[in-house]
Amino acid sequence: MSTQASTQLKANQESNRNWQIGSRWFPFFLLLPSFVFIIIVTGFPLLYSLYVSFTPYELLKPNSLTFELPKALNNYSRLLNDSVFWKSLGNTVLFLTVTVNLEYFLALGLSQLLAQVTRGQAIMRTMLMIPMMFAPILVGFQFRWFFNSNLGLVNNALVSLGLIGEQTRIAWLVDEPLGMISIIIATIWMNLPVMTIILLAGTLSLPQETYEAADVDGASAWQKFRFITLPLLAPFTYIALTIRSLDVARAFDIVRIMTDGGPARRTELIWTYAGRLAIEDTKFGLGSAMSWITVIISVAFTIYLFRQLVKSRIVE
Amino acid sequence: MIASRVSPHRRRNAIIINGFAWLVLIALALPAVWIILTAFRSNAEINASPPVWIPREITLEAFGNMFGLNPNLQQRVAVEAYMFNSLFVALTSTVISVAAGTLAGYAFSRFHFRFHTAAFLALMLSRTVPGVALSLPLFLLFTRLGLTNNLFGLSFVYIAVNIPFAIWLMDGFFRQIPRDLTEAAYIDGCGYWSAFRRVDLPLALPGLATAAIFAFLASWNEFQIVSVLARNNASKTFPPGLFTFTEQFTIDWRGMCAMSVLMMIPAIIFVILTQRNLVRGLTFGAIKG
Repeated sequence: MSTQASTQLKANQESNRNWQIGSRWFPFFLLLPSFVFIIIVTGFPLLYSLYVSFTPYELLKPNSLTFELPKALNNYSRLLNDSVFWKSLGNTVLFLTVTVNLEYFLALGLSQLLAQVTRGQAIMRTMLMIPMMFAPILVGFQFRWFFNSNLGLVNNALVSLGLIGEQTRIAWLVDEPLGMISIIIATIWMNLPVMTIILLAGTLSLPQETYEAADVDGASAWQKFRFITLPLLAPFTYIALTIRSLDVARAFDIVRIMTDGGPARRTELIWTYAGRLAIEDTKFGLGSAMSWITVIISVAFTIYLFRQLVKSRIVE
Repeated sequence: MIASRVSPHRRRNAIIINGFAWLVLIALALPAVWIILTAFRSNAEINASPPVWIPREITLEAFGNMFGLNPNLQQRVAVEAYMFNSLFVALTSTVISVAAGTLAGYAFSRFHFRFHTAAFLALMLSRTVPGVALSLPLFLLFTRLGLTNNLFGLSFVYIAVNIPFAIWLMDGFFRQIPRDLTEAAYIDGCGYWSAFRRVDLPLALPGLATAAIFAFLASWNEFQIVSVLARNNASKTFPPGLFTFTEQFTIDWRGMCAMSVLMMIPAIIFVILTQRNLVRGLTFGAIKG
């Protein structure tokens, strides 16, 4: 806002003060409904579960919701000594690192490819949106079926092509790295379109003159991509990754449906483990402690992603 | 621009690029097409071994079974109830969350106040709280309040879940509207509220539509929280309904596909309606930088 406009605005505020609903408080009045809802549905329950996480509360023992200072951290220390917890944490870190990076590079590649397309770009963009019609839970069911060892599309195709025999069908959702790989494929399939569409929109909005100038200077295609496209796409990357980072926990739905963390915890993520402890085993105290750990990890992941982005923006 | 400088070399490149793009997109769309196709096939073909790749007949049998039109079928899913519940919860939560999010987005985009950044950050972080972590304490509280298995309780939760993203979108949209317009309204004697209602709000209607669509789909698709808070058919929405369906019988894959198709309808409508605006809506913040 220019200073002139702001002084003008201030003068107007003065003259209007009589009938404005507490002008200084106007923004707070606008924020009020949102904060009321969020405090009731997110803030308060989270604080409550923080309290529960310090107690040994279990559903079947109603009297166990008691806070005793010396035992307050029992749930947390139990989790820290729990090999399943560490396994699920390791799986989650691996899962997030692989999916987010792969998604970004695939979306970047695909958006650059589509930006070069000379004919039928509109229909291609519509096709690209098809996976967006699927809810995470539908993606989970769909890929659970595709990777089913007896009836699944993937094995059927491999058998039909003669790559594997009837007897050597692959147990996609059971074998050690394959279960995780199947889940990663499903997650990428679900998230690729949004990222690609945003990066494509960004690429198409970049100023053509810059590329023409680069052509005059004899820049190679790679140089144009590296030194023009990539830096100018930064804000779009930022938006794509923000949307993505807000949705990391949606992986729960897919994993819950495809493998439910199994077999033998091979695909257990922190979210499925928290759900198992809290809801299925009704160990509310321990489950709340685990939930709080997932909250902290999700928030930390988001902040980490933001920092990386800010850093990359400064370098460029 | 590329076509204007046609040389044989360039034309060959263009053909390779177009072909490759089609290949990638068809590969991406194939799983979805397969699901939709399966919903309209006969059961014998789906379970056949060796697999039948190309359908020989198209049938609406799976949908008939779902809506109880098959007299031989003893048990079936309560699709009508799921549909009604999903619509009710998604619509009410969309209207209220977008209204609240628009007000807050306006506050963030137009005003400077104490804790501006801190409040915005807190709202965004509230969105990163995973549903699993929310569902348990909400379940404990709602049991006490008698709000489990209650559609209003569920709507209330979804309102709060959808607000942060609505704020984020609306903040971006309001920033696109030139400030001069708002200031002109002040000079003409508008108060803050009437400037918002008469000038900024009408200009932000496309943004409002985008936010509404995202809120609707998020509520429509949500699974973690509702599967904990809704335990009976009278309050279950589509996702837990579909889950019950696959748990109840030995998995009927075709029935699952048919239910998926039904559940996708709002999303299909959304994709058709927003093809162009979606991208604009999501990237509004970026264009200004």
